[in-house]
Order: sequence, then structure tokens, then C-alpha cells
Amino acid sequence: MTIDLTDTTTGAISNALTEARRRLGGMTMGMVLTLIIVTDEEGQYDAIRAANEAAREHPCRILAMITRRPKADSRLDAEIRVGEASPGETIVLRMYGPLGQHADSVAAPLLVPDVPVVTWWPDRAPEVPAAHPLGVLAQRRVTDSAAADMPQAVLADLARAYRPGDTDFGWTRATAWRSLLAATLDQPHPKLEAGEVQAEQENPTADLIASWLNLKLDIPMRRTVSGGPGITRVSFDTSDGDITISRLDGRTATLSWPGRPDRMVALHRRETAELLAEELRRLDPDEVYAETLRRLDTRGIETAPVVDPEADERVIS
Amino acid sequence: MTMPDAGTRGPAPANPGVIATADEPVNPLRDPRDRRIPRVAGPCVMVMFGVTGDLARKKLMPALYDLANRGLLPPGFSLVGFARRDWEDEDFAQITYEAVKEHARTPFRETVWQQLAEGMRFVPGEFDDDAAFDKLAETVQELDRDRGTGGNYAFYLSIPPRFFPMVVEQLKRSGLSDPSAVGAEWAGTARPPWRRVVIEKPFGHDLKSARKLNDIVDAVFPPESVFRIDHYLGKETVQNILALRFANEMYEPIWNRGYVDHVQITMSEDIGIGGRAGYYDGIGAARDVIQNHLLQLLALTAMEEPVSFAADSLRQEKEKVLSAVRLPVDLAAGTARGQYAAGWQGGRQVLGYLEEDGIPPDSRTETYAAVRLMLDTRRWAGVPFYLRTGKRLTRRMTEIALMFQRAPHLPFAATDTKELGQNALVIRVQPDEGVTVRFGSKVPGGAMEVRDVNMDFAYGQSFTESSPEAYERLILDVLIGDPPLFPRQEEVELSWRILDPIEQFWAENTKPEQYVSGSPGPASADAMMARDGRAWRRL
Repeated sequence: MTIDLTDTTTGAISNALTEARRRLGGMTMGMVLTLIIVTDEEGQYDAIRAANEAAREHPCRILAMITRRPKADSRLDAEIRVGEASPGETIVLRMYGPLGQHADSVAAPLLVPDVPVVTWWPDRAPEVPAAHPLGVLAQRRVTDSAAADMPQAVLADLARAYRPGDTDFGWTRATAWRSLLAATLDQPHPKLEAGEVQAEQENPTADLIASWLNLKLDIPMRRTVSGGPGITRVSFDTSDGDITISRLDGRTATLSWPGRPDRMVALHRRETAELLAEELRRLDPDEVYAETLRRLDTRGIETAPVVDPEADERVIS
Repeated sequence: MTMPDAGTRGPAPANPGVIATADEPVNPLRDPRDRRIPRVAGPCVMVMFGVTGDLARKKLMPALYDLANRGLLPPGFSLVGFARRDWEDEDFAQITYEAVKEHARTPFRETVWQQLAEGMRFVPGEFDDDAAFDKLAETVQELDRDRGTGGNYAFYLSIPPRFFPMVVEQLKRSGLSDPSAVGAEWAGTARPPWRRVVIEKPFGHDLKSARKLNDIVDAVFPPESVFRIDHYLGKETVQNILALRFANEMYEPIWNRGYVDHVQITMSEDIGIGGRAGYYDGIGAARDVIQNHLLQLLALTAMEEPVSFAADSLRQEKEKVLSAVRLPVDLAAGTARGQYAAGWQGGRQVLGYLEEDGIPPDSRTETYAAVRLMLDTRRWAGVPFYLRTGKRLTRRMTEIALMFQRAPHLPFAATDTKELGQNALVIRVQPDEGVTVRFGSKVPGGAMEVRDVNMDFAYGQSFTESSPEAYERLILDVLIGDPPLFPRQEEVELSWRILDPIEQFWAENTKPEQYVSGSPGPASADAMMARDGRAWRRL
């Protein structure tokens, strides 16, 4: 059921929630967290849809915080959806006027008691997530650097602003690749001399993977540019030849190993809902992300001599 | 130096034994703190015997697909089917395709299927056909060459145990079982290839046959490479027993004879024997369910805290507690058994056991069994564990219920607490996996009236969507070589030691009592509880 409250308060919203739950048969859901989505009218539909889907794995109360017309008089409108698309509760909160600057005063009373809070910026990341009024409430703060016009610059900002509990979808998108890379290097392999990550120009995930491999394997990594989609190749130079994982269609990867037949492995680009579900699975600080991000920030990505005339290369050493 | 007070002490340090595994070469990309990266099996081939069986179609193949879909199978993973069918590789792939489409839990993706299908082979043959096994050996070596499976083979024996001797002998004869025999090219690599064999219950029908069966497998495969599947141990709830008991502070202090009155472990089924007459008759409920599932649940519920979750520590504790089990002195009074009679179950008229196809009319096989076991340990002395299982009962349900003692004193008028039962902590294994805590609560209103209420944790609400099927978890553990969830031979033998005297007593002295289908079991089982002043929980 959907309940619309205009010019309301958090107290009235709480009452309406309790009443709605009672009318639906008094079920008390085992909600495992509160998810705050900081978005706008344009982004809210997709974000809430993804959150609802992720809520099937992690039942939660979703608070979608939308700031509208900053010059208007202060007003709070709420749209409560219970027992519909997701097993939890969704509250869309529209804040008008100066109230928009005090979103935390709206969110804080509506947090589910006792369970963790996650704040997600699906669109524009704040400069310092941990210092954002809605970030302060959360123990996990999720940004998406790829949503920005200049992902690399955003990633650099996030690196400097990093506090334990920060995470970025650019890193989440790397999981499937990292997992395949780890599985590949589980096998006995010749010594790795250097490596390469090839992807679209603006791809924070590729930068993070390159930085992670550089950090963990202690080999120079090249970052080259292709037409995509997403990441198209990761390879290692060895004395026996190249070990390469290439994925040209965004779905299936081919693992090529010197002296062995090529092998195929499914490697999908994932939907927002899946990324969000992964983020909600672990709520402790991601130290490996922190180290990778710091390495990327301190070593940077340098431009290197172009080997492939069509590829623009940058190197982290 | 100041002593931290109890309330502010930080969390205990993680057990280093859990993180540091074996002396394998370290992959720098695997960081124990990096928990996004899942455990992925290394390159390998799974050879499956009995691919035409129900289990293979409904559970094993779909589980393999789900693993692939979750990205947990290595590139090049290959599956070889072996059966007495005139099939080509394509026919096998087609059968598997249908099984996966129908039974897989994760959404079907053509690309994932393609990846799996590329590595599928089929070898037709009988178990006594040398040529067929030579062909099998050839096939897996080909896969090693073509798909880089590294000479690692898991043999899944999804076949009746009477074929084990033949198959195991063939694996030995054809050199398949010997990691050093195949592919000298692996001699120089860091890790020698492995062989693992997976067997399903029943692990024998008594101590003697269990030993015999073990000797057969043991002669060819070392104990650490034998994986006995008890699919119950792969269930989330069962693993959660360990989390509930050992990750929390609030349960352990009451998890003993000081607070627990008794424990009931139940596995009831609403179905009959179905098409399993040939297997079931002569085996019966106790051997089919109590010996493995229920005694494993008992062990996990009653054992002491293992020093780590490493396989050896866990098994040691389970073995300790199984070895402390004491049977009732009077087996007639401490056990009950029954056979379902015709009746109505779940709205349908059903046959009695003796009228089922393929069951002799004078069969004395029980379809219901209940036993009372005591544990001779300090923690559990005097606390009975009641185990029961049966077919064609009221409904399908598996649970472990810790029934607590009543409060020593109730400062209420007797009439206020008339409706108050015993506190209970119930671990629901299936269906609707979760945990229930039952306690007394005041009924709202002017009078002080206390009644039982439930507090519920349901996986369905908190985590469910992604929780893997038991077989998924277990197959992955086999391929990774992670043995904590697999009972070893000692546990199997200890369980038979518990059950054998009961079976012998039953064979010599009793005939199973008839119970109406759809009922909660025979009257003698209720009488067994009543003698102790207790009652079964309602099914």
C-alpha cells in the first residue's frame, strides 16, 4: 500500500508506518538495515528499483532523500510504500527549501533501531562522504565514481576523503574480475613481469584493478584504452608468453595461457541491484579497497609510451 | 596498567588457525581480509557415476550450474558422465540442460551454460567393462590437455553401494585413482594433482558393513580424500548451529543441564517411501535417518566448543560427544517404532506401508523410529535427547528443540500461569529455516495472565535469496578440498555403535506398531515420552 503525507513530520511518518504495518496483518519484518539513498527526482526511480531488488536479499527500510526547490518554504512530503515491491519498507522523502540542508534531521528519527545504516549516493558523490550529514549517520557509505563526468578526479577526491566504511561501486564492479584473476593465479604460473588492464577511457574499475594488481603483485601495470564495453582485457607478461583474460562482449571471458588451450568463463557486467546487494553483504570497513585506493592516489596513473598506436597507455609502477 | 572491565572488552581476536591454511604456495591476490573474493575451486574434472539417477538430475547438475553461475567454478571445469546408456556427449549435455533448466535455483544464462557445456563429456559403459574405464581415463587425460584441468579429479559415486567395490577397483586398475600415474607433465609443478572421491549415504547398514564399505574405498583412496556427503550438514541452518552457539554470548551459559530439561530432535516427512521400496525395506527409518542426519544434528547441538573450525577440531568434538552417548537400559521402554497404515495424509487417501508396491506383506521394517539417548558428559548428564523420525506423518519438518526447565519459582497465582509452557529454543532446519525462541508473555489486559509467545528469526526474511543449496556448498567444498562438513569414518562407526544394539533388540523382540498415515506417529512413542513426564512437540 502507498500512503502519501504532505507537509508532514517524522513523527507522523512513524505513526503512519506503524498503522500500515498493523493493517497489513501486524507483521514485523526482520529488517537487517536502513538504506539511505541520497538522490534527486531524476535518479530516484532507478535507484529505488535497484534498492528494492537488493532488499530481497537484505530486507531493509529504504529512505530515499530528495531535495527540491531550495528557495521554497521548508516543507517535508513523504510517500510510504509498504508490502509492495520489496519485503521491507520504502519511504520517499521530499524536502523543500532550507530543510534540504538538514536532511539528517529527517532521516535520523526514521532509522530502524539497532541495525546498521548504509548511505548510498547513486549519482553524485559528496566531496567527503563521511562528513556529509547523511554520511555521518551511516557506518557504510557507498558512492559511484563512474556516475561522474570525471571519474578519475572523483576517485582521487574519494581517496583523500577516505574514512573506514567508505566504498565505491567502481570497486564493487571489480569483484568478478578480481575473483577470476585470483583463481587464475591459484594455478602454478611462470613469474609475472608486468601487467596490463585495458578498458574504456573513463573506467574507474579498470584503474582500481590495475592499482590492486600493482599493490598485490608488485609488478608494473599498464592501463590502456579500448572501445569497451567496460574492461576488455587484463594480461600478464611472463617469460613463457602472455597470460591473458579478454572479454570483448561484456559477457564471456576467454582465458589464454601459453601452451594451453583457451578456456571460456562467464564474466557478466552486473546490474546496479547486484552491486548494491554485494555492498550490503559486508558492512565492515573494506581495508583492501582502502589500500588500493591509496596506492592509486599516491602512485597515480602515468602516461607511458604508446606501444599499440591505437591505445593510449598510462603506467603505474 | 588498567584492567578493562568485562563489559568493555573488545572482540576476541580471530582464530589464526582459521586464516592460515596449509603450507600451500601463497597467492598474493588472496588476502584473508578481502572477503569479496569468493573461494573458487581450482582447475579440475568431476567424474560422475550414476548420472541418470534422480539425485544427479534434481540436485547435483543444477548445483554445478548454480556454482558456475555464481562464478565459483574454475575456467575449464569439466564434467564427465559415466552410465550404462548409449549416449553421445551431446545427449548427456541435453539431459543436463533439461535438468538445469528445471531445477537450478539461479536464473538461466546461456553464456554460463555454454561455458559448462563445453566441458561436458560422456562415457558409456558397464561398471565391469575394462574398456569403458580405459576410455574414461583417456577422456579425462584429454580434458587435462584440452582444458587445462591439471590432472585433478573428483569422482562422485552417485550409485548404490553394492557397485562401490567394482567401481573403486576399476578406478584403481585404470590408473585413474593414482595422482602420480597420470600425466608426468605435472611432476615438476608446485602442487601434485589430487584425487577425491565423494560417496553418499547409506554408509553401510550396520557397523560391520560400514567397515567393509570403508575398507573397499580405503584400499584405493587415502582417508583425507574420501568425502562422505550428508546433505543436512550443507544446510545453512545446520551450520548456523555453530554460529548461534559459538559466536554468541547469550546462549552458551544456558546450554547445559543447569537450564535445559531435555532436547527433541525431529525429522518428519509427509511422504511415504515412494519408489524406494527396494532400498527401504529391510533398512527402515532408524538406519535411513537417525544413524546419519539425526545423530549429526545431536553431535552439533551437544558437542563442546571446538578450538577452531578446522576439520580436525570439529570432528574431534563430534566424535567425543558421539562416544559419550548412552542407550536406555530398557530398550523396550526407551525406544519406539512404527509402520504407517492406510489413511488420509494431507487431504489424500494413501496406502499403508505393507500395501506399497514391492513391500512384502509381513515386512517388519519400521517407517517411524524414536529413541531416547543420554549423554555421559558433565554438560548433559541427566538431560535426555529424544530423537524421532518417520514417514507419512502430519507434515514435513526438521527441527532441534531445546526445552528449558520451568522457572523454579513463579511469583504469580497458579491460575495466572496456567497457559505457560516450557521456554524453548527451536532451530528449524526445514522448511522455513530459522530460529524460534518461545517464552511467556503477559496477555494485554487488566489481569496478570501469562501465555507462551514466539520470537522468530527466519532466513526467509533476513538473508534467504542468496543462500546456496546444500549440495552447492558441499560440492564446492569437495572441489576446494575443505572437509569440515563431511563426516569421517570414525563418526560413521560411532553412529552404528549407537544404533546397532537398538536394531538388534528390535529385530529380536518387537514388531513395528501401526500408526495411521497423517498422524504424529505411533501411540508407543507418545507413551515413551509420557513415562518420562514429557510430551513430543506438536508436528
